[in-house]
Amino acid sequence: MSEVLRGRAWTFGANVDTDQIIPAKYAIYSLDEKKLGEHAMEGVPGNENGWSQKISAGDVLVAGPNFGCGSSREIAPVAIRGAGISVVVADSFARIFFRNSINLGFPILQSPTAAAAVKEGDELEIDLDEGIIRNFTQGDEYRCDSFPPFMNELIKMGGLVPWVRERLKERRARVSA
Amino acid sequence: MGMTMSEKILARASGRDAVRPGDLVLARVDFAMGHDLTIPPAGKIMREQMGAQQVWDVDRVAVVQDHFQPAKDIASAALGKMTREFAREMGIKWYFEVGQGGICHTVLPERGLVLPGELVVGADSHSCTYGALNNFATGIGSTDLACVMALGELWFRVPETLRFVYRNRLPQWVEAKDLILHVIGKIGVDGARSKAMEHTGEALTHIDMEGRLTMTNMAIEAGAKNGIMAFDEVTREFLEERAQRAYTPVASDPDAEYEKTLEYDAEAVPITLARPMSPDHTASIDEVAGTRVDQVFIGSCTNSKIGDLRRAAAVLKDRKIAPHVRLIVTPSSAQVARQAEREGLIGIFMDAGAGWTVATCGACLGGHMGVVGAGEVCLSTSNRNFPGRMGDPTAQVYLSNPVVAAASAVAGEIIHPKEVVGKELVAV
Repeated sequence: MSEVLRGRAWTFGANVDTDQIIPAKYAIYSLDEKKLGEHAMEGVPGNENGWSQKISAGDVLVAGPNFGCGSSREIAPVAIRGAGISVVVADSFARIFFRNSINLGFPILQSPTAAAAVKEGDELEIDLDEGIIRNFTQGDEYRCDSFPPFMNELIKMGGLVPWVRERLKERRARVSA
Repeated sequence: MGMTMSEKILARASGRDAVRPGDLVLARVDFAMGHDLTIPPAGKIMREQMGAQQVWDVDRVAVVQDHFQPAKDIASAALGKMTREFAREMGIKWYFEVGQGGICHTVLPERGLVLPGELVVGADSHSCTYGALNNFATGIGSTDLACVMALGELWFRVPETLRFVYRNRLPQWVEAKDLILHVIGKIGVDGARSKAMEHTGEALTHIDMEGRLTMTNMAIEAGAKNGIMAFDEVTREFLEERAQRAYTPVASDPDAEYEKTLEYDAEAVPITLARPMSPDHTASIDEVAGTRVDQVFIGSCTNSKIGDLRRAAAVLKDRKIAPHVRLIVTPSSAQVARQAEREGLIGIFMDAGAGWTVATCGACLGGHMGVVGAGEVCLSTSNRNFPGRMGDPTAQVYLSNPVVAAASAVAGEIIHPKEVVGKELVAV
């Protein structure tokens, strides 16, 4: 059974960096996903008075090229998830944001066609396994770039934490064998 | 087919004879770093979620108190405390307390902890800095760091390599910072996205290790995975009294495959600044001269090592900053601060009217000791000027080299340093 997500689109432009996704001053809440979520995307000019209160759980963030550039802060994808966003679709991702999302098991999809076509408020349905985005508002469909199997595997098993747990278990078994 | 030095390091670390761009490898890490914003989540993930009770090798992890330390408020005191307790409980050998270390990306090279041929990761985006020392160094997240601390291994995608060739020599007043800003201006903040930037060419032979570290430091500002340089006499000399371990340099094969080679005439590079609000929004000094500034910040892992401070002091000696300007000078490490004290640089800064702070990331990330307010203009020697990076999102941040920064503090506006000091800079 493939996993399907549904929600409204929230759109952003090119090179949205991590200071805009979650300003450094909120790094003091690095262990509190809910609190981070309250301030997600607040650094984007125009969102000074907040953004996350407009989000319904399951909504989709759609962005231009190089989304998440800048710092290595893992609280960037954590804040977006904390705000209730179920998946991020972008023209392309900056590499540390990309890694962090995969490691967290937080779904991200790369689709230049979707990033160019989707308008704010569009109703989207996303089939993660098939890598297909359906736009009910525009009656359109977009295909996503595929990731290497290992990355899909990581997202599916819930990220790097369960993967490391498995490896630690193997190592302990080897030591005691 | 030959390999680039980035590929050679990833091949060796993953136990393979060869790797190609796009390969996913599981590689053994030689050194890892975390700081007061990334150790608390990484430590918690490692111990509570992954179930690891110790780090894989206590000699190969550095923990640095630098971002919001000395603690700027109660919440950052809690993060500092968690960081300290984690280092103590794990028995981390390279723990740097407030006042003893400084900014991680200056501390690790100056203590000889990151060496040629090694695979280095740091839970901070500017960890690419270390590549000037002929290693593969890249920034990672907190879950990544937890994985490395638990296993000593991490997954990597082998990057394509872009080769940058710098012909000739940088002219007077033009520094490594100007060169890397010039390159970022040409290729854009995603121009090297997820790729390796290999810097080569004659111009580099005339750039000292500090300047080289400034260049690799900003690889991430072009979106790169790492910045890397060949091992040479400058590298060997820098490491002579510092290296904590034996090391094996790597060189790119003559028939290594590059995705692209980009050539620049170093002699034609002007003094280059980044304008608001992006590091690739560059301009030559002539285009931005006359811009009035409210704050000048000389600091950060990019441009606040001893040579940077010497040149800034040479501008400021026997001069005063403009009455409407505040100048903040933040050394990048305790060793740099101690040396500046020995050489009398701190007195020069203070006589000029500057504020001298403890070594910390501080103002660079809008943390503390120099956060900028709404609509203010700041000229900074740091690396990044996206909206809100140094404080209020409406603040206008320019990036420059330290000589331009010091001269502009005196003039009260962005200015060519020759207008302040005359034909040449006289060393203090």
